[in-house]
Amino acid sequence: MTHLGYLLVGWGVSLLVVGLYSLSLVRRGRRLAERVPAERRRWMTSETPSK
Amino acid sequence: MTTSMTDNAREVSPPATGSRTTFWLGVVSLVGVVALILLSFFVAPEDDDQHDAVRMIFIHVPMAMLTYVAFSLTAIGSVLWLWKRSVWWDTVAHGAAEVGVMFCGLTLFTGSIWGRPTWGTYWDWGDVRLVTTMILFLIMVGYLAVRSLDGDTATLATRAAVIGIIGAVNMPIVNRSVTWWASRRTLHQKSSLTDGKLEGLTLFTMMFGLVVFSIVMVWMLIHRFRISWLERQVSEGDLSEALIARRAEAAVVSSEGGSK
Repeated sequence: MTHLGYLLVGWGVSLLVVGLYSLSLVRRGRRLAERVPAERRRWMTSETPSK
Repeated sequence: MTTSMTDNAREVSPPATGSRTTFWLGVVSLVGVVALILLSFFVAPEDDDQHDAVRMIFIHVPMAMLTYVAFSLTAIGSVLWLWKRSVWWDTVAHGAAEVGVMFCGLTLFTGSIWGRPTWGTYWDWGDVRLVTTMILFLIMVGYLAVRSLDGDTATLATRAAVIGIIGAVNMPIVNRSVTWWASRRTLHQKSSLTDGKLEGLTLFTMMFGLVVFSIVMVWMLIHRFRISWLERQVSEGDLSEALIARRAEAAVVSSEGGSK
């Protein structure tokens, strides 16, 4: 296969970034959820814009 | 009564930002990415001119197209925040901007890596599409920087919304740059997709990549939206606690004043 180094770097870094970002989303969500009471953890329960 | 309501809420509320929908989206994404790798490296044919370097198209083009989708969502959300003061759309705009910046950064990166074997250079400041994409990336990084500042949430959302709309204005320039500046010395060719140059398994694999990364993006947007929502709940909770503490402090001061 020609240009294998470029392909591995291009694909490898891209998939790594996508994977790490996905992982960070899950971890941020878990960390935040611990600080919010269960009854307020439903999405879109508040209708008032925050000032 | 209150206890049973809280227990009930605990039962129905998700433990974090995941749900059954995001679980299955995640599973489909993982299977899709594996299938895309197999298709891209072992099934799709090499190109007569670019040889195997053409396999970068299966990740670069989907990333570029999804960058447009994400930043379009940011622009729509920004307009609806400015017009209707819709918190829902503002939350969508913020989440889409973050996901879009990641896709835009990877578009620049994969394009640069692809450029070296095909154009002989990683970067050329004379190529209008490269430069306008970089400008779009920096505008949206600015959007995220404004959102991360300390201050009034609504004011920051309004300022960020203006930046989000400016980014959207730049998108047609990025997209049409290869046509509008065709007479200039430019490395980017016109769209291979609309010119009908792609066909067979190459076209199929690229479209498959677009579908797979679209599912990945939906998964990310749902999680990011829920994170923003939780952040609002946390900041509202912190504000309530601060108000209660301030009122308690004021009550102590007034009672001490009254007793003197």
